Amino acid sequence: MNAIIFSATWGIVMMFSGVFAKSKSTPRWLAIAGIVLLFIVNAIELNNGQPIFFIDAKDMVRINSFNLTFLAVVFGCTLLYFLLCGKDVEKVGEHVGEYFALIFFVLCGVTLVATYNTLLLLFIGIEILSIPLYILTGSDKRNLKSNEAALKYFLMGAFSTGIMLMGIAFIYGANPNASFFINNIDLGTGQLSVMMASGLVFLLISLSFKVSAAPFHFWTPDVYDGAPTVFTSFMATIVKVAAFFAFIRLFENAFGKVHAQWQTLIVVITVATLLIGNITAVFQQSVKRMLAYSSIAQAGFMLLALFALNDRAKEGLVLYSAAYSLATIGIFAILIKMSDYTVEGFNGLGKSQPVLGLTATIFLLSLTGIPLTAGFQSKFYMLLAAVENGHHFWIVIAAVLFAAISAYYYFRVLQAIWFKPVKENVIAAADLTKGFKILLILTAIFIIVLGIYPEILIQWLYH
Amino acid sequence: MGTFITFPELLMWLPLLAGIVCFFFKKGPAVKSFATAASLVVLAVSVTSLFYADAQFKSYNQVNYVWMKQIGNSLYLGLDSTGRLLTLLTAIAFPVIFIATQKNNYKNPGSFYGLMLLAQAGLMGVFVSMDALVFYFFWELALIPVYFLCSKWGGEKRIQSTFKFFVYTFAGSLLMLAGILYVYMHTPARAYDGGIAAHSFALQSFVNSSLTAPEQNWVFWLFFVAFAIKMPVFPFHTWQPDTYDQSPTSVTMVLSGVMVKMGLFGVIRWLLPVLPEASAHFANIVIILCIIGILYASCIAMVQDNIKKLVAYSSIAHIGLMCAALFSFNELSTQGALIQLFSHGINIIGMWIVVDILERQTGVKNISQLGGVAQKAPVLTIFLVIIALANIALPLTNAFVGEFMMFGGLFSVNPLYALAAGISIILAAVYTLKMIQKAFYGEVVPATSAIKDISFGEKAALFGLVAFIFLFGVMPQPMIDFTKDALKNILAVVQ
Repeated sequence: MNAIIFSATWGIVMMFSGVFAKSKSTPRWLAIAGIVLLFIVNAIELNNGQPIFFIDAKDMVRINSFNLTFLAVVFGCTLLYFLLCGKDVEKVGEHVGEYFALIFFVLCGVTLVATYNTLLLLFIGIEILSIPLYILTGSDKRNLKSNEAALKYFLMGAFSTGIMLMGIAFIYGANPNASFFINNIDLGTGQLSVMMASGLVFLLISLSFKVSAAPFHFWTPDVYDGAPTVFTSFMATIVKVAAFFAFIRLFENAFGKVHAQWQTLIVVITVATLLIGNITAVFQQSVKRMLAYSSIAQAGFMLLALFALNDRAKEGLVLYSAAYSLATIGIFAILIKMSDYTVEGFNGLGKSQPVLGLTATIFLLSLTGIPLTAGFQSKFYMLLAAVENGHHFWIVIAAVLFAAISAYYYFRVLQAIWFKPVKENVIAAADLTKGFKILLILTAIFIIVLGIYPEILIQWLYH
Repeated sequence: MGTFITFPELLMWLPLLAGIVCFFFKKGPAVKSFATAASLVVLAVSVTSLFYADAQFKSYNQVNYVWMKQIGNSLYLGLDSTGRLLTLLTAIAFPVIFIATQKNNYKNPGSFYGLMLLAQAGLMGVFVSMDALVFYFFWELALIPVYFLCSKWGGEKRIQSTFKFFVYTFAGSLLMLAGILYVYMHTPARAYDGGIAAHSFALQSFVNSSLTAPEQNWVFWLFFVAFAIKMPVFPFHTWQPDTYDQSPTSVTMVLSGVMVKMGLFGVIRWLLPVLPEASAHFANIVIILCIIGILYASCIAMVQDNIKKLVAYSSIAHIGLMCAALFSFNELSTQGALIQLFSHGINIIGMWIVVDILERQTGVKNISQLGGVAQKAPVLTIFLVIIALANIALPLTNAFVGEFMMFGGLFSVNPLYALAAGISIILAAVYTLKMIQKAFYGEVVPATSAIKDISFGEKAALFGLVAFIFLFGVMPQPMIDFTKDALKNILAVVQ
């Protein structure tokens, strides 16, 4: 509840920070202060169960420890993102204050899609989340690729929102209760009515688009590749896991009772996503593009939560959000500092910059899912959830085989880091402050702590 | 309570901590001595644990901390008789390797020895874990240091071949993870203080899991493929010769002496007890695969010119025989396999030490480029001949005891199996003696003209191994007694 208010307000504050601030770094510090504030406000609500301001939203939003924990993960990751990449946001263009303002509006959208209880608020949340992203994608105005990516993202995004609206309309029409509340949809008994089923499929398609699940993923590589790398990092992590959260929230609360009827659809989407994401990532030469495809592959794993739809899946999703976001933000933070985005750019990083090499190794191992990292625990919880579900055991086998393929492209970067001769002048050592390195080390340590003891996060779900 | 620290914990933590400390060393000689000392301490602990094997010392041999309680997982470590055998092998292997390769100078010695000790910690973890998830953890973690060791310090084509090895084993272990999860869903509930987990990862729960016969049959393959890749059993062996060839020899010793035993150990600890019916059901298929592997590897070894690949293929043959023996389910062959598990580790490390000395001094690994080593290095040659004879299981060597028992056991299952596998002994004699003859006798060639005989450290390491070979070749009874408990446990679950 408080997070919605604070993120929106802080977005407005940030808008004006550019006007009044003299130094270029003021907006960044303001943004960091803002996200710390958001995190604290959210943590207080999670801890006490009481918001600071209470507003009667007529049950349009529902707050529980599950979505508050998720928001804590989101705000924590955004804080890390600001600290690691804040300076690079300043380098994108002139309008630093606006960039941060847009990010805060995205966060407002994230809080809405994490807490909504009506289809209308889902729609509004998705829009608030998407529109600033279209702008951020195109923020590198002189770069044609960035422009193209923004346009592509906007057109595709608008299209998918249209489909979502149509789905909502269908469901509203087919619902005898004539209600937008997701827990008040009368699905009837037995087979879904045609209108209800098509509404469900429309929602499934539009949300699959947002989480870049195959076959609705085609925008992802181009947009992630074209957007300024700092914003790719944000889109590929925080925004993506938020969309997942919206996805599972809708399908659990609204359509959980007819899980069996749409589970097969999810199976198809999951396997297709894993297949396309992993196989295509293998062939990428640019690490940025590889990470775009790997984000599709990781989405395939997160889809297992929708497939399973049990407690373990929800725990897994929160854990996955944290593990995936931390590691990806970390690896992007290192990538941004480089002038060469190909795998060769990483050559000899372990020797020229041992701290970066070592932390990148831990991030990559976590993304691969090696034990003792958060990435393993999250994948493990997802698989456990899928097995617990009891149907389609083969999907688990498919998922682990694709995870083995993912080792191929993550380890290619690892090999470059440790076993190839140093490539000079790829990284500007001046950019690497002590604080940056310490932060990377802390992130890596946190990933390992989470890998050893995931309950430090999971316990909050049941707080 | 009452026990401050237990043997399994010590065996796992000591190399882990020592390994981490190694990374901070800058100077080569210092880190060498430190790593050797650390591995000797681990050996001392392992030997001490032998005296505390009785039931009255139970509290020293197992420990159980609740870890992730909601999913019924705990850090459950224990040292039973099979575990004791393999931890002892691991504990012996590392100091021997360190002492024998004392002369090798590695770039970044701190990282090299650190990773070696981390690999030891991972291996120890595999052998002492009594919880399926912990087992899986260590199973993968043992692989990571070895991956870095091979890729960083190996031969020319190290990156590709190590990567092939990594992807193979990673895929295998992930399949095993799927299998573990499936068995886990069929385990009984388990209480912890403050609640009940619906299922449990503990070995006992796995053994008591309620899988139907058809379920067992396909879960069996999920586990078996992981173990078969590690051993390796035909047709999952293709990673092995390249990896052995390209790894630095001290890592090859770890791989072939200890790490492949992880696969056999997995069969003993997790496959046979958890899925007994399926194991019996597929025993014939597995044995036939093993025998194909034995013959195939022996034949290829005969035409190998590369000395490292020759030893690699001979190792495939030996491991295949052990795996076949384990699936024969009788007392004789199982005990033979247990003894051979240990003996093969000793012998193959001895082989590699000799190969390492040759490679370091001459810079070649092809048999055709060697010759007349015996004239230049008689002591080395004597050691090699003894170890090579043990490798082909000549009577009075330690390997004879194990192999004889395994053949006996196989014979009682099906004489044809014993016959087919028995051919491998003849083939082993052919390729081993041919190698000795060509590389060590004959005229001195330019590559070997500068060879010096072995140093004190190498002598000591090889002497220890050879003494072991003879001691247990002549007097196998202590080994037989030592493995009796393990044997009883295995047979109890299978029959």
